[in-house]
Amino acid sequence: MARNAFLRVVGQHWLKPLTFWLLALPGLWLLWQWVLLLTGMPHALGFNPIETTHRFLGDTAIRILLITLAITPFRDLTRWLPIMKVRRRIGLAAFWYALAHVLAYLGLDLFIAAGMSVSGALAGLWEDVAERIYITLGMIAFILLIPLAVTSFNAMIRLMGPRPWQQLHWLVYPLAIIAVLHHGFMAKGNQIMPWVHGGILALLLGYRLVRTLRKRSQAKAMAS
Amino acid sequence: MFIKRSRSWQGREADVTPHNLYLDRRRIMQAGGALALTGLVGCGSSESQAENTAASNTTLANSTTQPESSASGLQYRETAYQVSDPQTPYDAVTGYNNFYEFGTSKDDPARYAHRMSVTPWSIEVEGHAARTGTFDLEDVIDYNALEERIYRLRCVEAWSMVIPWIGVPLADVLRRFEPTSDARYVAFETYLNRSEMRGTRFPVLDWPYVEGLRMDEAMNELAFLAVGLYGDLLPNQNGAPVRLVVPWKYGYKSIKSITKIRFVSEQPPTSWNIAAPNEYGFYSNVNPNRAHPRWSQASERVIGGSLFSRRDTEMFNGYGEQVADLYAGMDLIENH
Repeated sequence: MARNAFLRVVGQHWLKPLTFWLLALPGLWLLWQWVLLLTGMPHALGFNPIETTHRFLGDTAIRILLITLAITPFRDLTRWLPIMKVRRRIGLAAFWYALAHVLAYLGLDLFIAAGMSVSGALAGLWEDVAERIYITLGMIAFILLIPLAVTSFNAMIRLMGPRPWQQLHWLVYPLAIIAVLHHGFMAKGNQIMPWVHGGILALLLGYRLVRTLRKRSQAKAMAS
Repeated sequence: MFIKRSRSWQGREADVTPHNLYLDRRRIMQAGGALALTGLVGCGSSESQAENTAASNTTLANSTTQPESSASGLQYRETAYQVSDPQTPYDAVTGYNNFYEFGTSKDDPARYAHRMSVTPWSIEVEGHAARTGTFDLEDVIDYNALEERIYRLRCVEAWSMVIPWIGVPLADVLRRFEPTSDARYVAFETYLNRSEMRGTRFPVLDWPYVEGLRMDEAMNELAFLAVGLYGDLLPNQNGAPVRLVVPWKYGYKSIKSITKIRFVSEQPPTSWNIAAPNEYGFYSNVNPNRAHPRWSQASERVIGGSLFSRRDTEMFNGYGEQVADLYAGMDLIENH
């Protein structure tokens, strides 16, 4: 009984701020490392800080996306409903990290490589998107994230109606697959991390598939 | 007829460290070693460091990034193989590595390579040569003939370094095995010990790592077998105790921790080519005009430089004068 009371308090008062700060933590850590780097202090970004930044932001975005997709199975398994209150903000955090990932690529790579020229950076972007499969995939995943991010407010759900809103947000499934493929095609050689992300994603999507099939057969049984 | 052409990388006679200074250098090194033996390690190394920067005005790297010269510091002669760009600081050269046997992160090798046992070390020599068999490293490398070569290193991932290697020309080593005329290629293999190399638990590549060169490439004056860098023995993460350095090719051709040398008549398989043939060819010459399918090779990030420092990538990594003849008439996009 005491445990349930504790969980209720957590769900009511702590869950939202706690989630916010946990999600902000990787970003704050990265910002702090850049402050250290730019002020000439010892930092944790290594000898190629830009590369480290790209990887850190990309990994964080994918992992937060996977956490978002794990919320529903978590609720089903634990029956702890308050967790649903933070699902949207977790998903939105994945978007913010993906946006930072894209901006870092545009600003720290393309813009600099083009000699600080915006048109040069855009030309470089077009070349990358057209010729390099992992960037094509990354861009598609990011573009698919945008409608989900801009409709992630209560007012939008009301405006669209819950059903169309939910259908739109099913985009998260193909988008997550594309994001993991983006990672896999980027990696040199047969690296383990894209497989780990892909494996977790397969479990999370597989769970939904099984659940949907089961519901359907149950509905059929009911109807007959 | 022997015509001596002066080449762009060759320093002038006047640039060479005067002999008396060079000898002095050794004396100070020895003094440093003696001091180290008496327990004054810090004092000895600081003196050797001061000497390092004084004797070699081409060392533009920050002196605080120099390794500690110790009693194990190598005896070597300087050569005209130098580049004008500043040397990459020691901590970057030894802290930012691709040695996937120890993990795929750049800092994994520095963290885990110490688990590799490099003494004693032997090299198996096989194939089309008069002298084959298993040789101790000391019988393969003449440690009394070591020289320093400051080479560019261009990684296929579009970053670069400038590294002062210590070693011997590959040709000198290969000739002593007396390869026969059937030896058209030479293949190399990296040490493999799964308990010492944690990265090999996952098939990132088809272990062991293998590489190869055409025989004329291997006999080129630039091809080098390094046993040290920055005046000291190679740290494990850089491919101890002996590694190849072929500066006109992408870094992965410069195979590390060599345990096998084979003289073969057919083009040998090479690890990255097996993994992704469209991305990594057998030749793998640095070529800014041939984009890697997944990124441009036109420019490179300079590691250890300022945050945004980049340079344009040069054909053959700037070593065209020495190696372009090897590929006369070849389509280097096709034969990438």
